[in-house]
Amino acid sequence: MQHLKTAKALALASACAAALWTGAAVADPDLTAELVIDGELHLVTRAPSDDVVTPNLPERYSGWLFRTADTRALQMDDFANPAMLAVEQGADLWSTADGTAGQSCQDCHGDAEESMAGVRAHMPHVNANGVLWSMEDYVNNCRTERMGAEAWRWSGEQMVAMTSYIAMQSRGMPVDVQIDGAAAPYWEQGREMYYTRYGELELSCANCHEESYGRMIRADHLSQGQINGFPTYRLKNAGMVSIHNRFRGCIRDTRAETFAEGSDEFRALELYVASRGNGLSVEGVTVRP
Amino acid sequence: MTDVRPRIRLPRNAAAGDSITVKTLINHDMESGQRRNSAGETIPRQIINRFTCEFNGAMVIDAALEPAISANPYMEFEALVPASGEFVFTWYDDNGEVYTATEAFEVS
Repeated sequence: MQHLKTAKALALASACAAALWTGAAVADPDLTAELVIDGELHLVTRAPSDDVVTPNLPERYSGWLFRTADTRALQMDDFANPAMLAVEQGADLWSTADGTAGQSCQDCHGDAEESMAGVRAHMPHVNANGVLWSMEDYVNNCRTERMGAEAWRWSGEQMVAMTSYIAMQSRGMPVDVQIDGAAAPYWEQGREMYYTRYGELELSCANCHEESYGRMIRADHLSQGQINGFPTYRLKNAGMVSIHNRFRGCIRDTRAETFAEGSDEFRALELYVASRGNGLSVEGVTVRP
Repeated sequence: MTDVRPRIRLPRNAAAGDSITVKTLINHDMESGQRRNSAGETIPRQIINRFTCEFNGAMVIDAALEPAISANPYMEFEALVPASGEFVFTWYDDNGEVYTATEAFEVS
């Protein structure tokens, strides 16, 4: 009798374990999915890891792989992709004069397809004075110093439209941010932030995005937290979300007093997080839940 | 709200009598009237409440849209094209504005 009971208990325990294992597998990314835009442009969503930046990741995965089939399909059709509305708006802004100099971006930079190709892939980037700048900084610097226009809000509608348009000019190119030389101190600062626990919940970026990607946190399916697909159209917001906007959201979700968009801390974090995606394709503008 | 701009996607070619897939997308906040602003006041409803598509004068689809439809409504449907002609798409806004787009279509 005792012997039978133990056997039953063991069977029950292993059945439970099997159920948990199956549950975890359902939440894993679909590594077989191929990201092809309009049946033509293939994007790289899996990239090799390395010993320097991501020694704890077996491979680098784009956030696209973690989404449901419906969400993935939305991004593969440039017509249905709601983020393209922001790109169109950015294209309009590119050729519209603004500011006291009466110039548009186009007047100096010409055709964005040529002049902006590769820009997104190298952002954030140390400027000529040795200061790390995000794309938003470069845009606002042109506006205030050369166009005589007002700076745009970091995550305002116009700035996001412009960064979306510029990001599209690098779609398909591999992310390739510099982490050595002048960028090294910023990268170190970003790395330290990534592994620092914040907030009442005492969660670091790594707790979710390095140790737990593929698992669910409440109703959200955790990805590796890559930013190669930003700016993104978040279905939850029914609108575009910028990188720093997302950083704010993440840290606020740990119930912490979060840093500001455009802060030095977020620029450093942006550099570090971008480097974790080196090798993945810039996805232009994406669709995320 | 930014410029409301409709976008149409029709297949490149079809034979007379074919059923083609028509895709349309329009940017619109589709404010449901359920949300509140930071002051606690209800943000008033403003949605596109009706979408129609006509081909050579014949009604292809006449859809009533409700507040549950999220921003930037995407409509995809089948249309029978017996001959070459013109598609006329119309979106009706709660505030009385009407947005239209037309697209010619040739059958082979």
